[in-house]
Amino acid sequence: MDNTVIRIQDAVVSYREDVALQGLSLEVKKGEFIGVIGPNGAGKTTLLTVINGLGKLVHGQAWVLGSPVNGRNSRSLRKRIGYVAQVENIDPRLPINVRETVMVGRYGRLGLFRRPTRAQWEAVDKVLEMVGMAHLSHRPIGHLSGGEYQRAAIARALIQQPEILLLDEPTASIDLQAQGEILSLIQLIHSEYHMTTLFVTHDLRQLPSICHRLILMKEGRIWKQGRPESTLRDDILSQLYGAPVSIGSKSISAY
Amino acid sequence: MDLSILQYQFMQNAILAALCGGITCSIIGVFVVTMHLSFIGVCIAHAAFAGALLGVWLGFNPLIGALLFSLASAAIIGPMADRGELNPDTSIGIVFSLMLGLAFLFMGLMPGARTEALSLFWGSILTVSQENLIFLTIVTAVVIGLVAAFYKEIQAVICHRQVALAVGIPATLIFYGLLFSTGVAITASLQSIGGLLIYSLILNPAAAAYQLTYNLKRMLCIAVAFGVISCWAGLAASYLFDIPSGASIVITSSIIFGLATAFSPKRKVKGWQQAQVAG
Repeated sequence: MDNTVIRIQDAVVSYREDVALQGLSLEVKKGEFIGVIGPNGAGKTTLLTVINGLGKLVHGQAWVLGSPVNGRNSRSLRKRIGYVAQVENIDPRLPINVRETVMVGRYGRLGLFRRPTRAQWEAVDKVLEMVGMAHLSHRPIGHLSGGEYQRAAIARALIQQPEILLLDEPTASIDLQAQGEILSLIQLIHSEYHMTTLFVTHDLRQLPSICHRLILMKEGRIWKQGRPESTLRDDILSQLYGAPVSIGSKSISAY
Repeated sequence: MDLSILQYQFMQNAILAALCGGITCSIIGVFVVTMHLSFIGVCIAHAAFAGALLGVWLGFNPLIGALLFSLASAAIIGPMADRGELNPDTSIGIVFSLMLGLAFLFMGLMPGARTEALSLFWGSILTVSQENLIFLTIVTAVVIGLVAAFYKEIQAVICHRQVALAVGIPATLIFYGLLFSTGVAITASLQSIGGLLIYSLILNPAAAAYQLTYNLKRMLCIAVAFGVISCWAGLAASYLFDIPSGASIVITSSIIFGLATAFSPKRKVKGWQQAQVAG
């Protein structure tokens, strides 16, 4: 049985005169954990937006969860795809707390004219417990640190009960300790739920050790892909980043 | 105090117009303030004003002109702010100055006395027409109904618009719905409050409520209370001291905003952030 959940063929995406993806093709199997790395501007985030239907293809096709991605069904597909972006600047006065922010993840599936039930609020509390944020559930969202905000964002993606999880540089702009905690949380979630996951980063040190496959992107194309042990080599990474890269035994650093 | 004035139809109309205008403008204001779209709101308000003046000049109902212009400006400004094709400040500034220019052009082209046009400048809640009052009451009921029906979607869009889009909420539809509601609310309140002053009634009560709570439902209730108090206090001042009603309403709402800011518990947050940066 074909268990492909994402199939992209010859995708081209452009923002005015800039071509973000240039004929990219990719297949992802159910339950895979894929790391997507590459320098800034390689098209990593654009690849994620093609999957959740927010990126408009000027050429090529994409099928996600068995359906072609197009203007008609992209919103219903997004209800089945969790998305965690990097930490954003939030107004500290914003009138919404952590618990309400997490519940927003459920609103798409809930649909119009329906209010969250008590059971759904209890599910939010349970997820907040899981990500270690239960004690901050009534805090205004704008009062969280970067690491806490990302935990809330992951909780929001989980409450959506997604079949695919897209993580777009979730550890960028947060301190080292919080980065480690977020990575551990992501690995725990994958081992528990086995969701198909794409993890984008430009920082090799942030690559989770559980990646089944690595996609190396450069200039809007998949430059190379394979298992981490065959792709995480000094010579390959140095070519990818256009600068000397050394891989330590415990951590990887790109310069 | 002589309350016999309350028996008169014109005063009952004015009280009802103040109630409806205060509720509608404050609710819309909460969305505009939370989304940080204050300048877009100012622009829509001036477009409504220009449209109303066109109606006065060409002899059709000013409400229709105001409605068409405010909806058209929302349709133009929304994509500008949304797609970032131009710097939003620049593009909205151009539309804003165009609307102001058109307003003055229509004023200049009007023959004879411009009494009706000038009343659209300052507003005249004491002479609000029956037709306008019915329109304002309907708009108020519709705005309250829409907020009740789409509360969770509105909350998601005004607080986390990109997230709302990513989880499958019709975020773009809700966003444009809010912009068009702003246009309609401004149109409905134009005759009572006045084209140059209405935006203060949208901004001030909501901005004051924004200083006082982290809960959106509470913020809506506080803003509505401030809006209605501003309108009724302004109306009383207008009657008692024979001063323009729009101006007295706006000054009252500005005083409320000043007090809310002075006693805002959120000022501690600002202090805490500055300490973090300094540290």
